[in-house]
Amino acid sequence: MARMFGILIVAIAVTFGLNWLLDSFVDDYVVRIINLCGISIILAVSLNVINGLCGQFSLGHAGFMAIGAYVSAYFTTTLRYFDEAQAKYVAIEPVFAGQWGFVPALLAGGLAAAAAGAVVGIPTLRLKGDYLAIATLGFGEIVTIMITNFEKVGGANGLPGLPAYSNTFWIYSFVVLVVMLSWALQRSTFGRALIAIRENELAAEVMGIPASRLKVTAFIYGAFFAGVAGGLLGHLLQTISPATFNFMKSIEVVVMLVLGGLGSMTGAIVGAIVLTVLPEALRDVESSVGLPGIRMVVYALVLILLMIFRPQGVFGQKELSLKLLRRLMPGSKDKEGEA
Amino acid sequence: MPEPVGSGILFGAPVLPLLDSGVTFEAILQQVANGIAKGSVYALIAVGYTMVYGVLQLINFAHGEVYMLGAYASYYPAKWLGYMPDAGEKPKVPLVLIAGLFVASMAFCATLGMLIERLAYRPLRNSSRLAALITAIGVSLLLQNGGQMLFGADPKGFPRFMDQESVSLGPVALANTKIVIIAVTAVMMTGLHLFVQKTKPGAAMRACSYDMRTARLMGINVDRTIALTFATGSIMASVGGVLVAMDQPRLTPLMGLLMGLKAFVAAVLGGIGSIPGAVLGGLTLGVAESVVGTWSTTYSEAVAFVILILVLLVKPSGLLGKSGREKV
Repeated sequence: MARMFGILIVAIAVTFGLNWLLDSFVDDYVVRIINLCGISIILAVSLNVINGLCGQFSLGHAGFMAIGAYVSAYFTTTLRYFDEAQAKYVAIEPVFAGQWGFVPALLAGGLAAAAAGAVVGIPTLRLKGDYLAIATLGFGEIVTIMITNFEKVGGANGLPGLPAYSNTFWIYSFVVLVVMLSWALQRSTFGRALIAIRENELAAEVMGIPASRLKVTAFIYGAFFAGVAGGLLGHLLQTISPATFNFMKSIEVVVMLVLGGLGSMTGAIVGAIVLTVLPEALRDVESSVGLPGIRMVVYALVLILLMIFRPQGVFGQKELSLKLLRRLMPGSKDKEGEA
Repeated sequence: MPEPVGSGILFGAPVLPLLDSGVTFEAILQQVANGIAKGSVYALIAVGYTMVYGVLQLINFAHGEVYMLGAYASYYPAKWLGYMPDAGEKPKVPLVLIAGLFVASMAFCATLGMLIERLAYRPLRNSSRLAALITAIGVSLLLQNGGQMLFGADPKGFPRFMDQESVSLGPVALANTKIVIIAVTAVMMTGLHLFVQKTKPGAAMRACSYDMRTARLMGINVDRTIALTFATGSIMASVGGVLVAMDQPRLTPLMGLLMGLKAFVAAVLGGIGSIPGAVLGGLTLGVAESVVGTWSTTYSEAVAFVILILVLLVKPSGLLGKSGREKV
């Protein structure tokens, strides 16, 4: 525990240095992509706990992101809207101003998303497989429709003017946090219990695992970090709208997971990075070939072919580690079966 | 605005917004009529979901895209034949050609449905249901984005099948296109019912959805039957696509996404696996949406998903579904 805390402190110090380095020496466009990668990693790793470890297929991650983004924006942004009762424009000053207000705002967003996760999870996690998928999808749609109807936060037009608080330091601090927490979780009794539920829920219950309670806990955990990621994304893009968090966003996160291998955290990280960088790389190809939209077609094809030829994803449920790399190196002494 | 004194006590709180916004009983009746037309389309698409789910236990996410392509498959031939001029008034499409366009769209979608099944779903028939579900999402994405690439993202009009006019039916007035939707749906549904209940291939479909292994042992060609199920469902969806395009001429490659989701909700509401259930679910959903739409059009979009979650929680087997089998 103390060791982990130490690693956490060091890692956060490293991100601080990284932030300074990137800001001073690297192109803004590249920094932006690196930041987007970080947000994708938070999303994929948090969804991996629900979909990968626990085996509960959720398609509502974008809904939690939306809640996190809007709640955190509520605390950091001056809201301007037309009040019909007073027949004039009203401005609400932000509750937390300045960089240091960002963390409480993000946590508030995460907690709101976690609360929503509990409200959605407790009834719907009774459902299995595709029924759960479709119910969580319905939840995500309901969230965006509610936001569309909420004029105070801009309705369908979206909410502009979020302060640009997100930077490499904040984003990667949360990346470090979620990765370390999820890693510890995966190896804890709790994580083992989640895997047991995934493999056979009935057998797990017979062994005395309180399956419904653990499933809801995993769901809340994932929802919390989705909310934080939503807040980070909002303060990076500086404008959020219900369309930012539509059904496609949820699918995107699922594709990241599936590409890396459901149940593998390192797989989720690699999937998140590849699927954030790849579209940017393909953007150049797109403009040179003159076929706009081919990017998404490639996406879809990759997904289908992956499912047909390697349904377990690139990594399967294995974790990418130094040990695995060493074993794969030619001439290594580590042989199969030792690990 | 002064509060209507006592109305809250007299009629109860839920009635208040009804009185306040001046929504009359006639208006609601009108919305019910519109809802039946809307629900007919949901029903046409929902039968495809329900039949495929009945046989394969797979949510065919790409079904909404089949509906979208059905609309495009009658748009393009009509355009090539000169019924979509770049300028000037659109010529009216003769009745024979309308029938021809419907058939073209049905043939295209039936082929497409079978092709999707053969290429994407059949290789996965023995793998996990999750893999199949993700593949279905992938096919849906592929068709949406492929459509965007081929047709362009801008909305397209539709050839003039008939001039829209309002027909008065007692207390309600309905557009003639909506009446056509209801009538064609009724004919198609009767045809489907007869096909599934009275013909040999229909009996094979029912046998496969009851128990695929036993069906195979009885000498039923399961692969062919599944392909037939996809073809039948796709034909129904393509008719829905053409009908909607005729009523609201605004084709986009993404028009199938929400429509497909809602039709799926209709199938769940009616009881997945049951064809009469899909019809009942579709009509119920259409009417519910339209009635809520009297107060708020945006909230009417949420109705489907609220219904979905409620049904899944309260009665997952749906209105007409058989309970007991492991579905949830």
